[in-house]
Amino acid sequence: MARVLLFGRLADQAGWRDRAFEATSLKALRDLIANGDLALGEALSGPGVQVAVDKALVRGEAALTAATEVAFLPPMSGG
Amino acid sequence: MRMRPKIILTADPFEPGALLTRFCAGRAETGAVASFTGLARAEQGQAAALELEAYPGFTDTAISEFAEAARARFHLHDYLVVHRTGRIAPGEAIVFVATAAGHRREAFEACDFLMDWLKSRAPFWKKEHGPDGARWIEPTDRDRTDASRWDQE
Repeated sequence: MARVLLFGRLADQAGWRDRAFEATSLKALRDLIANGDLALGEALSGPGVQVAVDKALVRGEAALTAATEVAFLPPMSGG
Repeated sequence: MRMRPKIILTADPFEPGALLTRFCAGRAETGAVASFTGLARAEQGQAAALELEAYPGFTDTAISEFAEAARARFHLHDYLVVHRTGRIAPGEAIVFVATAAGHRREAFEACDFLMDWLKSRAPFWKKEHGPDGARWIEPTDRDRTDASRWDQE
């Protein structure tokens, strides 16, 4: 189970901001989310959306374990 | 030695004057303290409230890394960044930055440098609640230009 966090407009679009998913890779996680909500799946791969795994930005693929926290971060606005 | 946190994210309103007084206290070698306080604007009634979302553990780490770079660049003795999160009413303080240095130039410039980055590149997500509903907002061109001033130097 990876813990998935959504921020900003992604959380509004999804209707949730913190949810657990059974997935062992980012790719599998993206597929799983898109299966349940195609528009959200597309938004998570949209322009400017970054991914943090355990609070560190990653590009491309990453392995996920039971305790992994995955965050999808839309373009940051500054404070 | 002071061991207070230098980066604070808080959902509660804060009092900038009290922060500045405490920041200035007990310094013998610091000749200059500069500070900046950002307030939420009402925008002639267009902004009923501002909502700022942070990612605890990620947002504060990013600010801390940038502030440490500022400390090295401007030879700061110390700094403090306090940032509101959650729903912020017009007139409330959103951000407070204080910088301490040997002389004023470094303190002023470091404060300006930190604010330009905080306003344009810090990991926050900002929503404006107005009469026509809520909308997510991104940095303005002015914010980006202000931040890029420092890149060329």
